[in-house]
Amino acid sequence: MAKTMYEKIWDSHLVHEEPGQAPLLYIDRHLMHEVTSPQAFEGLDLAGRPIRNTHSILATLDHCVPTKLADRINLPDPIGAKQVRRMMENCEKHGLTLYDMESQNNGIIHVVVPEHGFVHPGMTTVCGDSHTATHGAFGALAFGIGTSEVEHVMATQCLPQTKSKTMLVNVNGTLSKFSTAKDIALAIIGKIGTAGGNGYVIEYAGSAIEALSMQGRMTLCNMAIESGARAGLVAPDQKTYDFLEGKEFTPKGDGWEKALAYWKSLPSDADAQHDTVIELDAADIAPQVTWGTSPEQVVPVDKKVPSPADFADAGKAKSCESALEYMGLTGGTNITDIKIDYVFLGSCTNSRLEDFRAAAEVVKGSKVAAGVTAIAVPGSYQVKKDAEAEGIDKIFLDAGWEWREPGCSMCLAMNGDQLKPQERCASTSNRNFEGRQGKGGRTHLVSPAMAAATAAAGRFVDIRTLEQG
Amino acid sequence: MEKYTKHTNVAALMNRANVDTDQIIAKQFLKKVERTGFGQHLFHDWCYLEDGTPNPKFELNNPAFDGARVLVVGDNFGCGSSREHAPWAIEDYGFNTIISTSYADIFYNNCFKNGILPIVVDAPTLKALMTEIEENPGVAFTVDLENQAVTTPKGTQVAFEIDGFRKTNLLSGLDDIGLTLKHTDKISEYETTHKERFPWLWAS
Ligand code: SF4
Repeated sequence: MAKTMYEKIWDSHLVHEEPGQAPLLYIDRHLMHEVTSPQAFEGLDLAGRPIRNTHSILATLDHCVPTKLADRINLPDPIGAKQVRRMMENCEKHGLTLYDMESQNNGIIHVVVPEHGFVHPGMTTVCGDSHTATHGAFGALAFGIGTSEVEHVMATQCLPQTKSKTMLVNVNGTLSKFSTAKDIALAIIGKIGTAGGNGYVIEYAGSAIEALSMQGRMTLCNMAIESGARAGLVAPDQKTYDFLEGKEFTPKGDGWEKALAYWKSLPSDADAQHDTVIELDAADIAPQVTWGTSPEQVVPVDKKVPSPADFADAGKAKSCESALEYMGLTGGTNITDIKIDYVFLGSCTNSRLEDFRAAAEVVKGSKVAAGVTAIAVPGSYQVKKDAEAEGIDKIFLDAGWEWREPGCSMCLAMNGDQLKPQERCASTSNRNFEGRQGKGGRTHLVSPAMAAATAAAGRFVDIRTLEQG
Repeated sequence: MEKYTKHTNVAALMNRANVDTDQIIAKQFLKKVERTGFGQHLFHDWCYLEDGTPNPKFELNNPAFDGARVLVVGDNFGCGSSREHAPWAIEDYGFNTIISTSYADIFYNNCFKNGILPIVVDAPTLKALMTEIEENPGVAFTVDLENQAVTTPKGTQVAFEIDGFRKTNLLSGLDDIGLTLKHTDKISEYETTHKERFPWLWAS
């Protein structure tokens, strides 16, 4: 029988199934950070249970970690410092690999894991973090779990799971040179809504997806969770193999050949059936900007902020009304007339080398507008080092940006980097929820190039109208 | 985990859609390394005014909802981050039942690990339940998981669906990990063949 990629991975990881119980799925890789794990370690210790496979775990410190060098040494927040210390103690005690703050491998978990080739096609991968979906870019079934499940996986290497439905999102055609994977992700969420993917695993396919780099695919899959999906998947291809080859945790020699043969068997069979199919034309996807407090509240940059009356659905109209109030916006305003105070270039969505290169193209020769603060936060030390080797840090610094140490930073604002109430931010992160970037802060999600152009103009800019020099 | 038993309790109404886990438990409370004590921080930014006093306009501060164990909310509740601190806060606050049309996937899973029953109803039913609370704030609903039914004083009977496995676990208050560990032989057997097929997974 023809199978989807999801079904192939599911079937090959099924440990046990019996009537009246949830099927037990084997978990290959378990990623960790300091915020969602302490209670799981505690539970494990209280029950006297050992970790089943310590090799399956890779941990980092990212959420609570300050991005200013001096603060990384002092850790000014005592509660955050305790969480960091607890993570270090737990990893030491259980013999787990941890990229602590002193490690040159440190960075955001979803950025450092691919850098080391820790997740491969066909693997099941979990993390106490919703953006685990990122690793679907490699054709791995990767999803976020809660802390009880973190404990469950440590103790058993398995999870009771219910099978998801599959949604095929086909994006065909050619993306304009101004639009990016981020814009595809936002356009999909704008189309299906933040609950549109509930109950599904999304497989992204079509010529526009094949044309994306591995970094672009990571950005896209990263945001699968914002459409409510359990996970996102992209079929592995030559780009995937080239990316992985030679990395620390990828198989070598004979193992590589064996792995490759297996990986090539993973893509969905041509006649496999998906429960839902969505089609988008890449040529229609303009640079996107969110205007509200949910990622589905998004429009192309050359459009206007909608009014409640624009929504037929009463619930959506009400959400629009409260979002406009929170965001301090009026329906009918041109997106390009919205002024901003802050620009954040970073997060596991858009903090890889390719993102900094794209932004640097726009930043080059510009100056951050008066009254605007712009911070560039590489996703990892590796990204930081690579960018600096290309002189990208200079380009940002010359333009008046701050160039920081790696971490989650202002994506979730629990590490000292945050907006003040009513400050408005163009952000390359993934969530524009109320207070996400600081209490009362107002977030607009955009691509790296859009963020860069916004910093220079002090308001949103349609980058398609900029002189490309 | 406590066993989930049939109960009759005040149902609180929060008529908002897409309530995300950042709202349920704000990031400044995620730094704790313990599992308990999150209830006082539930919906913090809505619950309190700038000066730290309770916001009288916030739904759950309505005295009629004191002691509520049932939370009736709009569509797509619990979207966003995977933080289990969200159900910890909800449970610690006193709720053991949520009623909505839909939930975000991870949040839904997390509820069951913490003795919370997330009930899914269709849109007209949700509307009817909301109306009943609006007309009579402080009204108590009876939730019977065994028979998969919610009953209201007006006589509305709502049948709901739930996965059999999850139902059994809630009713028995069983530890999920213990259940999986019963299959240790199967896991070891699986690992043996998995290792032959994918030896590189164990290389470190
Ligand atoms: S960058 Fe943001 S979304 Fe990504 S892991 Fe960190 S906090 Fe989560």
